[in-house]
Amino acid sequence: MNIVVLVKQVPDTESERKLVPGAGTLDRAAADGLINELDEYAIEEGLRIAGAHGGEVTIMSMGPAKAAESIRKALSMGADKAVHVLDDGLAGSDALATSAVLAAALGAVGFDLVIAGSESTDARTGVLPAMLAERLGVPQLTQASKVDISGTSVTVRRVSDDGFDVVEASLPAVISVVEKINEPRYPSFKGIMAAKKKPVQTLTLAGLGIPAEAAGLAGSATQVCDFAARPPRAAGVIVKDEGDGGVKAAAFLAERKFI
Amino acid sequence: MAEVLVLVEQAGGEVKKVTAELLTVAARLGTPAAVWAGPGAESGRERLAGFGAAKVYVADSAEFASYVVAPKAELLAQLVASASPAAVLIAGSAEGKEIAGRLAVKTGSGVLTDAVDVTAGQDGGALVSQANFGGSVNVHSKVKSGLPIITVRPNAVAPSAADGAAELVPVSFAASDAAKGARVVSHEAAERSARPDLQEAQIVVSGGRGTGSAEGFGVIERLADALGAAVGASRAVTDAGWYPHAFQVGQTGKTVSPQLYAAVGISGAIQHRAGMQTSKTIIAVNKDPEAPIFEIADFGVVGDLFTVVPQLIDEITKRKAS
Repeated sequence: MNIVVLVKQVPDTESERKLVPGAGTLDRAAADGLINELDEYAIEEGLRIAGAHGGEVTIMSMGPAKAAESIRKALSMGADKAVHVLDDGLAGSDALATSAVLAAALGAVGFDLVIAGSESTDARTGVLPAMLAERLGVPQLTQASKVDISGTSVTVRRVSDDGFDVVEASLPAVISVVEKINEPRYPSFKGIMAAKKKPVQTLTLAGLGIPAEAAGLAGSATQVCDFAARPPRAAGVIVKDEGDGGVKAAAFLAERKFI
Repeated sequence: MAEVLVLVEQAGGEVKKVTAELLTVAARLGTPAAVWAGPGAESGRERLAGFGAAKVYVADSAEFASYVVAPKAELLAQLVASASPAAVLIAGSAEGKEIAGRLAVKTGSGVLTDAVDVTAGQDGGALVSQANFGGSVNVHSKVKSGLPIITVRPNAVAPSAADGAAELVPVSFAASDAAKGARVVSHEAAERSARPDLQEAQIVVSGGRGTGSAEGFGVIERLADALGAAVGASRAVTDAGWYPHAFQVGQTGKTVSPQLYAAVGISGAIQHRAGMQTSKTIIAVNKDPEAPIFEIADFGVVGDLFTVVPQLIDEITKRKAS
């Protein structure tokens, strides 16, 4: 089975995340990058499926040069090879443009199953897996907390606000995973060493036959008009409980008209 | 004036609060036209009328419940082609965003997600406000190609009552084979709680690791009930299995922005803050005076939540009785 796991390098949430003045794009150089948290669950699920059913796990990532660090980390978890979609012309791509590029790359590489995290921590649009299913013309099994494969059939437990659905489809398909699906493994020392030798193929816009105007800021259908840091919250009143903490809290709530 | 399509969120014919919010936003951009996917539109008509829907496109088909997301996107694409709307508004749920994404691809349009406000832009389009990076950066964005497709964060815009005709307009719709690839075999509904929905509530009481256990978490539910609030939970709580994941607030859970957020036994790590720090008023109870939650709290008590919260509940009860 040919499994492609999508990985995005995102700025560490703990660091200060900034937008570039003018374009309003994310300043990816400013902060340390790491694998988007939900993508770790996607990698783990890919490895488990390949382990159970046979097959290869390919990591695919669209990102600037430093995304290579995250690709290597994904490989060290046990994936077999990687594809890095790398091109200066991609910078500033919105979801629509990104999905077009990734769909082209997935088409070029081929797949039985695409697995992605349901959302990334930077933009948090949560639209990419659905957009890819639309572009690739394959079933969408998103928000999965459980995945089972049987022959060419895939069944997932899809979570929603009011419970869950059991959803079935035939491969090839796109799956996105939520946090509760599994426990991602830590790379072993052996895995880290082996990752250094695993092949990483680079794809460019030209190589994918995508014209420059269809990607990056120019190829995006949305734009940032302006932005500003949110003013920090005014410092609040913090009291120590001396047997009356609850009473004081109630007084505060009453003063603010919540009770 | 052009129409603005609003995809209705409903459960068993009951129109959800976020739909009222979207209709209010739609009125700023054009004539609100609700879109009802599935049976039961007659029961929701009056509520849609009360928030200004001029018409309600109805596609009464069982396919929407049987196949994941794609049929709703196809219905909207069909209506985009026939009604030429000025914009399409969809609730910012996980499913709503997926519908919006597919519609954007189908129509070659831009999609903007998690809008906390939408107003008419100077150029006649829609100006979207977003609160990125856990609310630390306020952004104004717009769609520059195609039709603005916008998902709106629930509970961010106050709904306004308005009189609409809500004329039911039946739409002939059949999902394509491509939209029927992911089939819903069964559905299990979560237990419906009497408490308000986490993303609709004015007040949220959220518990963290400090509650210590599933039994300990009961104090959170009691405080929530005293305030008529929704219950939320930190990731530590759901990871430990003390409360269901559906109630998790934070980076990998839900983002909420209620009038009041009470963080009890929650340290306030950035992953949690990312899901609640734009709440209008925040109170916190934690026994650790260094807990980061106190940096964003308007009022905080450093103390044992098992002493402070019961006392707070008593006070609330006393005040309500008097």
